[in-house]
Amino acid sequence: MRSKWNLGSIGLKTATLFGFLFIHIPILIIIMYAFSTDEKTFQFPLPGFTTKWFGVAWERNDIWEAIALSSQVALVSTVIAIFLGTLACLAVYRSQFFGKEIISFLVILPIALPGIVTGISLRSAMSLFGIPFSTWTIVIAHATFCIVTVYNNVLARLRRSSHSMVEASMDLGANPWQTFRFVILPNIATALLAGGMLSFALSFDEVIVTTFTAGQQSTVPIWMLTEFIRPRQRPVTNVVAVFVILVTTLPILAAYYLTKEDEGRKK
Amino acid sequence: MTNTFDKFLTFLFYRKSLALFLLLAPLLIWLGVVYLGSLFTLLIQSFFSIDSFSGVIKREFTLESYYDLFRQSTNWDIIIRTSTMAFTVTLVSAIIAFPIAYFMAMNAGPKLKPILYLGVMLPLWSSYLVKVYSWKLIMAKEGILTWCLERLGLLHVLDAILALPVIGGSSLSFSYIGMFLVFVYIWLPYMILPIQASLERIPKSLLEASSDLGGGPTQTFRKVILPLAFPGVVAGSIFTFSLTLGDYIIPTIIGNSSYFIGMAVYTHQGTAGNIPLAAAFSVVPIVIMMVYLSIAKRLGAFDAL
Repeated sequence: MRSKWNLGSIGLKTATLFGFLFIHIPILIIIMYAFSTDEKTFQFPLPGFTTKWFGVAWERNDIWEAIALSSQVALVSTVIAIFLGTLACLAVYRSQFFGKEIISFLVILPIALPGIVTGISLRSAMSLFGIPFSTWTIVIAHATFCIVTVYNNVLARLRRSSHSMVEASMDLGANPWQTFRFVILPNIATALLAGGMLSFALSFDEVIVTTFTAGQQSTVPIWMLTEFIRPRQRPVTNVVAVFVILVTTLPILAAYYLTKEDEGRKK
Repeated sequence: MTNTFDKFLTFLFYRKSLALFLLLAPLLIWLGVVYLGSLFTLLIQSFFSIDSFSGVIKREFTLESYYDLFRQSTNWDIIIRTSTMAFTVTLVSAIIAFPIAYFMAMNAGPKLKPILYLGVMLPLWSSYLVKVYSWKLIMAKEGILTWCLERLGLLHVLDAILALPVIGGSSLSFSYIGMFLVFVYIWLPYMILPIQASLERIPKSLLEASSDLGGGPTQTFRKVILPLAFPGVVAGSIFTFSLTLGDYIIPTIIGNSSYFIGMAVYTHQGTAGNIPLAAAFSVVPIVIMMVYLSIAKRLGAFDAL
């Protein structure tokens, strides 16, 4: 029996190995290029290694401004998403009502439809109602597609945790607020944190919807996109790319470990 | 103050539907007003038109934008080009993803499994733009890919592929093949995870039953595993298809500057300032996705999400 599967499993292992190399090597290559002494081209092998571009990037004000804007937007969007997502989860998880499925559908829609659709919709609404571009227009756009990460994470956790604790708390005379504060909140805290971190990473990296709602302001992805199209200092772009890898990867890793024990681990 | 708040909450506790409504209201208002409202605005604007002399948008109901959209054969080319790319990317992603997902679900031990899962999830979530850019580095003429192929003595193969009509080009980063490669690379994890989840859900007893009944590995795979994993493939295809359909960054950075739906929408609303036409154009992917989703629903993809 075993031998019959062997040929297949060698093939499978090779396919998986190559698949993983394909997924991961490009990211390593970008990190490598951030240390290149080559200024003009993407020459390989690298002519030499240097860390000077990190210093150059540090001195650039436009990069700091983009980072500040991106962080602000991601933070505010995440807070809004946590507020909206968590409240809805509390309503949805133990009650049956008309239109319950519509809510899950509505929450997924902003990321299920192509980003360009979300982008142009918000843009057309802003233009129709004469809303000027600002940090807030970016925040509104980002919060809309960030809700889904918080919603899914918290809902999965609520479904997994037993309701008897909540009932016990109410039986023992706690009011709804106390029950939420001392029973439900500790229970969902790590899921909230995980959802929030994913939402932060999602917002920090979003480019398509942002190009439609940002006006003249530059978030980090917009800054990068501009550099790709009209490069000024290529090595500096590589350094920022490494920075972005870190800023998005670390929250994702943290979120993974926070929800690892969850059975329904979905994004 | 706290006391009133407590009283209010207790009051709500005995009025379940009111409480439910208050909990849901913020989300529904946000998504209803901001998101659905915007989608609706988009739809309305697609029925407006633009005065070709003054560039002012005329707020009257007309089908002019749709007429403009479908009259020009270049727009049809854009729609067909984008859909073909989305379809090819989806197909190839499924072919590459299946063995990986299969290995993750069926063969990997309890120690390897979480590592592999993380190995797929991390690139899925990590920076999209950086990943696209990394291919710009890889596919550059003097870059790493050329170097590797040269060492392997395969440079002439690349030249032969690039010499092909339509899909070829002056270099990989200015060709459809390059663009296709990047699309597959970026969306591959979105295909692996749903397939893996659906494979994971197949009860092992079914496989044993199949082999007890005399089914060989091939038969078990074809008659048991594949049908049960199929909804996962369809679920993954929703992501790869929809994401390719709406992307305009990859065709902007990689490729030979021929338009894709996303770029057309961006240009019409931006430089041309023709929001009605851009709106009409973006209704195209919405309609394509609606058709796609209704087919996917029939194939049971939503149970696998």
